[in-house]
Amino acid sequence: MAKKLIGDPIDRIDGDLKVTGRARYSADMKRPDMVYGVLVMSSIGNGRIRSFDTAETLKMPGVLTVMSYGNAPKVAGINKNKPSEVATDRVMSLFQDNKVHYNNQPIAMVIADTFEHAVDGAARVKVTYESQKPKPPLPAGRNNTFTPERLPRYDDQVDTKRGNLKAGLSGASTKVTETYTTPTQTHNALEPHALIAYWEGEKLTMYNATQGVSGVQKRISELFGMPKENVRVIAQFVGGGFGSKGATWSHVMLAPMAAKLVGKPVKLVLMREHMFGMVGWRSSTVQKMVVGTKKDGEFTALSHDTISQTSAFDEFAEPAGTISRMMYASPNMESTHRLIRANIGTPSAMRAPGEAPGVFALESVVDEVAYAINMDPIALRLKNYAETDPHKNLPFSSKSLRECYQQGAERFGWAKRTPEPRSMREGNELIGMGMASSIYPVNRAESTALVRIKPDGKVQVETGTQDIGTGTYTVMTQVAADVLGLSPDDVTLSAGDTRFPESTTSGGSRTTASTGSAVTQAAQAVLKQAKQLAYKDKRSPLFNVAEAEIVAENGRLQTKSDPRQGETFVSLLKRNGSKPLEAKMLSKSADEKDNYSLNAFGSIFAEVRIDEALGRIRVSRMIGTFAAGRILNAKTARSQILGGMIWGVSMALLEDTLIDPRTGRVMNPNLAEYHVPVNADIEEIDGFFIEEKDETVNPAGVKGIGEIGVVGSVSAIANAVYHATGKRIRDLPITLEKVLDYR
Amino acid sequence: MEYTNHKNYIIDGAGRRWFLKQSSALVGMLALPPLIGQAGTAPASSVPPGLPMKRAITLRINRKAYRIEVEPRETLLDVLRERLDLIGSKKGCDHGQCGACTVHIDGRTANACLLLAVMQQDRDITTIEGLAPSPDRLHPLQTAFVEHDGLQCGFCTPGQIMSGVAVLREGHAGSTAQIKEWMSGNICRCGAYSGIVDAIEAVQKGGRQV
Ligand code: FES
Ligand code: FES
Repeated sequence: MAKKLIGDPIDRIDGDLKVTGRARYSADMKRPDMVYGVLVMSSIGNGRIRSFDTAETLKMPGVLTVMSYGNAPKVAGINKNKPSEVATDRVMSLFQDNKVHYNNQPIAMVIADTFEHAVDGAARVKVTYESQKPKPPLPAGRNNTFTPERLPRYDDQVDTKRGNLKAGLSGASTKVTETYTTPTQTHNALEPHALIAYWEGEKLTMYNATQGVSGVQKRISELFGMPKENVRVIAQFVGGGFGSKGATWSHVMLAPMAAKLVGKPVKLVLMREHMFGMVGWRSSTVQKMVVGTKKDGEFTALSHDTISQTSAFDEFAEPAGTISRMMYASPNMESTHRLIRANIGTPSAMRAPGEAPGVFALESVVDEVAYAINMDPIALRLKNYAETDPHKNLPFSSKSLRECYQQGAERFGWAKRTPEPRSMREGNELIGMGMASSIYPVNRAESTALVRIKPDGKVQVETGTQDIGTGTYTVMTQVAADVLGLSPDDVTLSAGDTRFPESTTSGGSRTTASTGSAVTQAAQAVLKQAKQLAYKDKRSPLFNVAEAEIVAENGRLQTKSDPRQGETFVSLLKRNGSKPLEAKMLSKSADEKDNYSLNAFGSIFAEVRIDEALGRIRVSRMIGTFAAGRILNAKTARSQILGGMIWGVSMALLEDTLIDPRTGRVMNPNLAEYHVPVNADIEEIDGFFIEEKDETVNPAGVKGIGEIGVVGSVSAIANAVYHATGKRIRDLPITLEKVLDYR
Repeated sequence: MEYTNHKNYIIDGAGRRWFLKQSSALVGMLALPPLIGQAGTAPASSVPPGLPMKRAITLRINRKAYRIEVEPRETLLDVLRERLDLIGSKKGCDHGQCGACTVHIDGRTANACLLLAVMQQDRDITTIEGLAPSPDRLHPLQTAFVEHDGLQCGFCTPGQIMSGVAVLREGHAGSTAQIKEWMSGNICRCGAYSGIVDAIEAVQKGGRQV
């Protein structure tokens, strides 16, 4: 058997289960006696519930009860249900009071024997309210902001200052000041949020669609005021998350509360329209950018001021300015983050939170500067290339952005572009070419993994991570196989369950860096044990051979100098009592973050074609080139990148959650009117990785790739639209009516 | 829950184990020959007035007949998923907007969330579970999806594959643009579109009858 190497494009290990429909997602689980919950949502944007009339509902066959304020079980740890510094701990609506903070807030749950009975019952609950005028979301209220407590990532400052912005601007020959706005976006993972919760005495089990089984376990146990060990969370397969399944939202508490109330397992699957508000969304933003530059393109000043919105009862600030702080070597830089409060569900992290809207603004304004001083946009970026991180004042652990620009430009054929707007066309269509930089910080969190070499020479990896579609399950087997010199076929992974060692939430592109590092370290530790065993074993061909001299290859331990001197794990373990070897490792960042700035970089080139008469915009071609450390699986990695770039197309051209400012109600809470790309929206698209060896960044040598694809894509498309039409659209999404009046 | 590169699925988790037992009993009970002429007789029951009466129906799904009692308002998708444990068809929207629930009815694609189960008698229903020729072999498009990574989270995948098979059978896989157009009733929020198109093209080029 040909050994599969790290980086090889091996098929997903869960591929067969997914293509045959045998993969069981949370809503596919069943329990004896299971009943169905359906939520009743508020229909006002602000106020209180005066009364529920549930008489008709309760008379219906199959309806067990209506859980709402009044009969909902009391939540022992309710004092923990408040704004927190943990970005995934959001304030939930748990029917403990009668307040309504936003339209489409869960206010009651009907529980019945069948789904149909529960839906019908929910439709018949009558609610009377005391209604107040809701506070509207952005752009209203942008002159009445406040400073947030914090940004979601604990080490990001809210406001920053470097040098002297005023002085920098007065030294500039050209100054560009523009405001960019982005809409509220809703994650809309295809799998609805879902869980099945049941109690066995004091023990709670939940099959839950989540990006973090451990995070949910912790949050739920603290809210119920019970030991963590009593809560088991299982997420075997997750149908996408994109941030929305990273936090523990109301329904994750409501289902076990209902299960307690009726004494039966409760299945709660959110309806698509319920997921516009109660499970987070990306805040809309208003971002003011100022750039001062010399004639030769050198930036003398840069500022980035962001306003985003939060709910009336919790606080989440979209960290849009963080990349502008460090992307370019401007000596003078200021950034601020402000919030407004509105009667909406609390915003949250959505794929590339902060980076996606923030880099749209940054890379758009840089393009505007390039036109203002008549300079090639790549040359301008190279002129201001940050050799070290100007914000943290640290060297980069590695940065191959120059190569990304260069290779991207070559692949795309940037040289063929004539810079003048409206200068390229074919038939009815104006052609535009745009580019932008992409970047995503490397995040890493504590994770634990156990690696066991079994007497049969096979390896078992246990870690409580989950695969949200990224390929985590597949690459974890590759990581262990790589360290132990085996084929991934010899590695079995146990994951998606809090029974296994605690691993991080899959968000912030951190799983491979975190859990991958834990698996690497545990595999290294168990390998060391095997080497030591051989060293001490008189009958081993490796008796008395120093550890450093032994390598693991092809399922064997052998000496570096002579591959024939050695033996298999099987024979070594057989002679030594046929007992497995195992090691469990907790992996966390050392001081790499104090000494280096850790980031993945990339470039995006996009071509758009716009029908001059109709304004129809197509992204006809898109090329992403990324440098993200070691790539563990070329196949799944490429899919991650392309998926991210498609999110870029989506954000640039399609997505917009329309909230009626008078009522706070979402006007398009469904997949027909909330637009995401379909197959025909995506034309030629490709993604490439530049080889980058970075041994500083973490033991696995990887940088996250889940989000970087989105980041630069939005502005590359916006810049291409400008090049095509001569019209700068600073308000996303770029829809045809916005480009139509370009003449 | 365990995953291996052997593509073994080791059954674990209390719920799963319980349901396996339960569902094999279910299938034993229900795998009857189609009861032609008997279907659709409403059983006497004590449903209060104004509420839908249950009806006994027979559904032919994946070459098997299932006799069940359903309320007229139950959708085919809910019957498949909640009553028959055919959970391969997914519910992404319940409104005919996403394609995750795509099945074949008499050889044509349909959104199971938009169909009432009571109206599907005497039709041949194929779900993703019935696509492969045998339990240990995959349909060529299933193989191609894995090979070309036409999936990420996998939630849209059963629907994509059911649509993809229809696109191939109906002769709409003549060009990339045509495939993209005909596959646009199935949303993939993960953005696995290139892999999906590659997989369909590979099968089309392979020239095998699907
Ligand atoms: S669930 Fe049927 S189309 Fe979405
Ligand atoms: S693979 Fe996740 S929605 Fe298509």
